[in-house]
Amino acid sequence: MTTFAGWLLIFGFTALVALLAKPFGLWLHAVYEGRRTVLHPVLGPLEHGFYRLSGVDPQREQGWRAYALHLLAFQVVTALFTYAVLRLQGVLPLNPRALPGLGADGAFNTAIAFVTNTNWQWYSGEAALSNLSQMLGLTIHNFLSAATGIAVAFALFRGFARTETRTVGNFWADLVRVTLYILLPACILYAVFLIASGVPQTLASTVDAATLEGARQTIVVGPVASQEAIKMLGTNGGGFFNANSAHPFENPSALTNLVQMLSIFVLGAGLTWCFGKAVGNTRQGWAVLAAMLALFLAGASIAYWQEAVGGPVLHHLGVAGANMEGKEVRFGIAASALFAAVTTAASCGAVNAMHDSFTALGGLVPLFNIQLGEIVIGGVGSGIYGFLLFALLAVFIAGLMVGRTPEYVGKKIEAREVKLAVLAIAVLPLCILGFTAIAAVLPAGLAGPLNKGPHGFSEILYAFTSATGNNGSAFAGLSAGTPFYNGLLGAAMWLGRFFVIVPVLAIAGSLAAKKHTPASAGSFPTTGPLWIALLIGTILLVGGLTFLPSLALGPVADHVTGLAGTTY
Amino acid sequence: MLKDIASTLRPAFMMTALFALLLGLVYPLVLTGIGQALFPAQANGSLIRSGDRVIGSSLIGQAFTSDRYFHGRLSAAGKGYDPTASSGSNLGPASAALADRVRTDLATLRTSPDSPVPADLVTTSASGLDPHISPEAALFQAARVATARKLSLAEVAAQVAAHTQQPLFGVFGEPVINVLELNLALDSLPASGASSKR
Repeated sequence: MTTFAGWLLIFGFTALVALLAKPFGLWLHAVYEGRRTVLHPVLGPLEHGFYRLSGVDPQREQGWRAYALHLLAFQVVTALFTYAVLRLQGVLPLNPRALPGLGADGAFNTAIAFVTNTNWQWYSGEAALSNLSQMLGLTIHNFLSAATGIAVAFALFRGFARTETRTVGNFWADLVRVTLYILLPACILYAVFLIASGVPQTLASTVDAATLEGARQTIVVGPVASQEAIKMLGTNGGGFFNANSAHPFENPSALTNLVQMLSIFVLGAGLTWCFGKAVGNTRQGWAVLAAMLALFLAGASIAYWQEAVGGPVLHHLGVAGANMEGKEVRFGIAASALFAAVTTAASCGAVNAMHDSFTALGGLVPLFNIQLGEIVIGGVGSGIYGFLLFALLAVFIAGLMVGRTPEYVGKKIEAREVKLAVLAIAVLPLCILGFTAIAAVLPAGLAGPLNKGPHGFSEILYAFTSATGNNGSAFAGLSAGTPFYNGLLGAAMWLGRFFVIVPVLAIAGSLAAKKHTPASAGSFPTTGPLWIALLIGTILLVGGLTFLPSLALGPVADHVTGLAGTTY
Repeated sequence: MLKDIASTLRPAFMMTALFALLLGLVYPLVLTGIGQALFPAQANGSLIRSGDRVIGSSLIGQAFTSDRYFHGRLSAAGKGYDPTASSGSNLGPASAALADRVRTDLATLRTSPDSPVPADLVTTSASGLDPHISPEAALFQAARVATARKLSLAEVAAQVAAHTQQPLFGVFGEPVINVLELNLALDSLPASGASSKR
């Protein structure tokens, strides 16, 4: 049964996100414009030191091609760095348990997973990684992949905001400023809060305990809080521990859980406001946020309702009520279902409950959220630029209906932009459905699932959905630590990230070169309820038409056969 | 084009090195210093000690099998409550393995057909380390614990009530009981503490 307190949590949380959008938007906008902030007296010298040592002139503007080239070069170098750290783990310091280096396919997969902001984890953190690997190999990407996403969003905003120019900003300046003036200070405060709440932060690795009944228990600790803060704020989602934010050391209380959910959304919500401000009309940003929150509430409500109703298998056995398999008592049903909706609406992928053990339709919600492209608030940066692709598609459709050249926030949207937007959006079905189809017929793929029947298919579908969408959550029964899955999922993550980013930057360049088109009586207004409904309709139509058949084979079949009492 | 790529190399390598230093070492080490200085108990894992011996962590559940203790939830972490292998069962909603497991546990737990078994006692937690159970799950076990400890049911129920943490502001979270802390409190009761099997 759903409860009043549960609904209050879901609606109250959504209201809090809307309230935080403007303050965080203001902060983001200051950094977008490169304005001086209160942090500059302290961090300014550091920023300029970074530029000087790297030979970067932050004033020098780049066209979209140069921006993309520098961005990609940086991704490749940081990926190689992490690959090396993971492979060499055995001979590097801060490894008191003498854990060996990862294998080639595993290190490849993990390096890509963290560079692409996916943080897919085929390994179990507490068993496979040293403290140094967690800090030096992984934590840095939590910052840098988040900053890269925001940088791409900034470049796209400039495309809309600027007129008749060839440039969209400077990648290095965006990267350094976002990291130093937003992510780093926010994470320091956030991590201190987490430590005070019970999240460990130590260089020790294990503590031996003798339990009350005299058994031996090896408690794994480490520098958890520093990674946890950026894991949430940067919508990365890669846990220090296998159980991620369900682990009491990552997420000890209902309060930390609430703050973690908010921190997944704040920068993404702030970027909608920042977008409106950048294009000179904050109502444009509010319209985007309204469409996002409407989609979010629908998903969260369905997940909560289904989890509160519970599953037929346990009901038949006489265990009444909600589905507690794979959930923590301190979070209960509402906060677990809400977290699942938040983490997949954004491209975070942290989990505080095991999605694999959700009811069939409760588990469909996180899956479908990712398939929509994680544009419901979305990942930091990637959410808003992904959403704006759908906005271009929506004005294009509106333009077809009224027979006018579509416009959006003062720019004419023409064939080139629409083609590039469709190209970026097409990566999702190609990788998700294509790779799932391959894995569902090859023996190496079929060896993966833990569960039998339709749910086994759902595990495979979820994996490629999560990888392509750069989410990182899983139906975790799938044994993905094999060369087959490590390789294929690594490819999906890379394609899902950069085959979207490059077209987005190309759109930014194309828009920046255009004149400003002032709104006229014939322009389709992109701020009101009609526009919000059209946006939602476009998103659901594209997502629905593309993915419903695959969902019918997985979660829907699971639900229907479950009602008939079938078990696998 | 080649020249363009070459021009990206210096910033790409230098930025990687500088950020690795700042974000991979300075940031976590500074926070470790702050955490150890300001919140040493939490930063080291909220450990519970008895003398100089570590009994466990107040945040990490433990396996309990004795009738004298309240039992926590089922655990899929290793062989049960193994913090080196945190995990849920990942069994799906229509899993036959899940149905079999629950059926077996119900047969052991159920004392009479009219007393329903609380859901959290027959399901695995997400982490396998859940330190809590619901008040219903505690009261369900209270009679067994009272008999084993030769206490009255009222005395045990009073301990359960005293260890029930209510939701924050009545909205955030669920009423929970920390199993390890409750069992430690039972052990420290004058009547039963001396006969603890330690």
